[in-house]
Amino acid sequence: MEHYTMNLTLKVWRQKNSQEKGRFETYQVKNISSEMSFLEMFDVLNEELIREGKEPIAFDHDCREGICGMCSMYINGKPHGPWHANTTCQLHMRAYKDGDTIVVEPWRANAFPVVKDLVVDRSSFDRIIQAGGYISVNTGNAVDANAIPIEKDKADNAFAAAACIGCGACVAACKNSSAMLFLSAKVSHLALLPQGGPERKGRVLNMVAQMDREGFGACTNTGACEAVCPKEISITNIARLNAEYIGAGLVVE
Amino acid sequence: MQWSEFFTSSVGKKFVMGLTGLFLISFLVIHVGINATIFADLVDPDENGAMFNKAAHFMGSTVLIRILEIGLFAGIILHIVQGYMLEAKNRSARSVGYAVNLGNRGSKWYSRAMGLLGTIILLFLIIHMAHFWVKARITHTLAPVTYNGVEMHDMFSEMKAVFSEGWVIAVYLLGCISLGYHLAHGFQSAFRTVGVHNNKYNSLLVNLGYGFSILVSLLFALMPVAMYFGWVG
Repeated sequence: MEHYTMNLTLKVWRQKNSQEKGRFETYQVKNISSEMSFLEMFDVLNEELIREGKEPIAFDHDCREGICGMCSMYINGKPHGPWHANTTCQLHMRAYKDGDTIVVEPWRANAFPVVKDLVVDRSSFDRIIQAGGYISVNTGNAVDANAIPIEKDKADNAFAAAACIGCGACVAACKNSSAMLFLSAKVSHLALLPQGGPERKGRVLNMVAQMDREGFGACTNTGACEAVCPKEISITNIARLNAEYIGAGLVVE
Repeated sequence: MQWSEFFTSSVGKKFVMGLTGLFLISFLVIHVGINATIFADLVDPDENGAMFNKAAHFMGSTVLIRILEIGLFAGIILHIVQGYMLEAKNRSARSVGYAVNLGNRGSKWYSRAMGLLGTIILLFLIIHMAHFWVKARITHTLAPVTYNGVEMHDMFSEMKAVFSEGWVIAVYLLGCISLGYHLAHGFQSAFRTVGVHNNKYNSLLVNLGYGFSILVSLLFALMPVAMYFGWVG
């Protein structure tokens, strides 16, 4: 792919802390390489801001290889930017051309309060996991992998659901700020496997209750979550979650 | 888990929306089927709405159907109230909006406009019920007609009278278009909400939903249009 450089206009959300009302600031970045990642472009901008004695832009990132779920920028109206099934860290500047204007915002949801600039607090997801996103197994010798036969389709679907990295793009994209795609991936992952069986009913009831306490909206099946998910989690998981919840809610005493 | 916990959870509230939605869809099948008998006029010019008037009379005179009518009102009211409560809750989950929205890149516009479309349908329903239901069931101010010695309301003539004004046709067309889009999302969404999660059936239901919403809204829309232009009656 041909290498080129570009000059860009960035409109970035700046907010000192969770209390302060934020605003957009405009920055001009020059000589950006098409081979840089989107976050490297922010690194270049931040180095410049530091040189000028200004506060660098705070943003979340960790692995920078698309698997940790930390990066969380809402770029030109789309979580993780324009590419399909992609994280912000894996977005490369060849997606843009010289003279482009890019608007970068934090995830917007009351359950994800802004901590600073583009960093939001996603610990609500952690609390949902803590409410039941695990299996309780006594420790001991590891069981042979082939000891419990599992249908291939179920194993595949469980694996696809387990691919969720909990980045929160689904919440950011949803008009209702609903966490249902995230929650349904976590519930489906375990509901499809025999190891998830013993805690199956309590898990879904407790996790939905925690999701509601965190202030996420309800699902209206618009499909925006699925369209932006970097791991292509299927919206079918939400329908499965509904079946799990209704099945448990109608019988658990 | 208490019943109250189930029905006040986000998934439980949506379960109620899905169930009432499916119930209202089944009502639409009956409503559009009975009303479509006005088109019997197209094959028999001497019909003059006899089949339709008899069908409407049957729907009003059977005890079981009158009981179902109460259930229908309960279903509609529950669907409306729960819908508005969910809409308010969902809107309040994001206090600060985006400068640039995802818009149609992630979802169909009508899937995001269910509240607006539902509101238009509600306003239409008020006008629609004032036109027919109130006169047939409450004030009994419809002209009588007799078939084989049985006197009944001449609903057909009332339809012709109501559908003789241009603004009424416009209101009904707007109502039908809103219903069509509401169903285009609502039909398949309702099945997902009540837990249908087999992809084979889900994709079938999406297409069935599109077909159903087009057929129902088109048939309903043809009724005032056909009467306004004198194709029927």
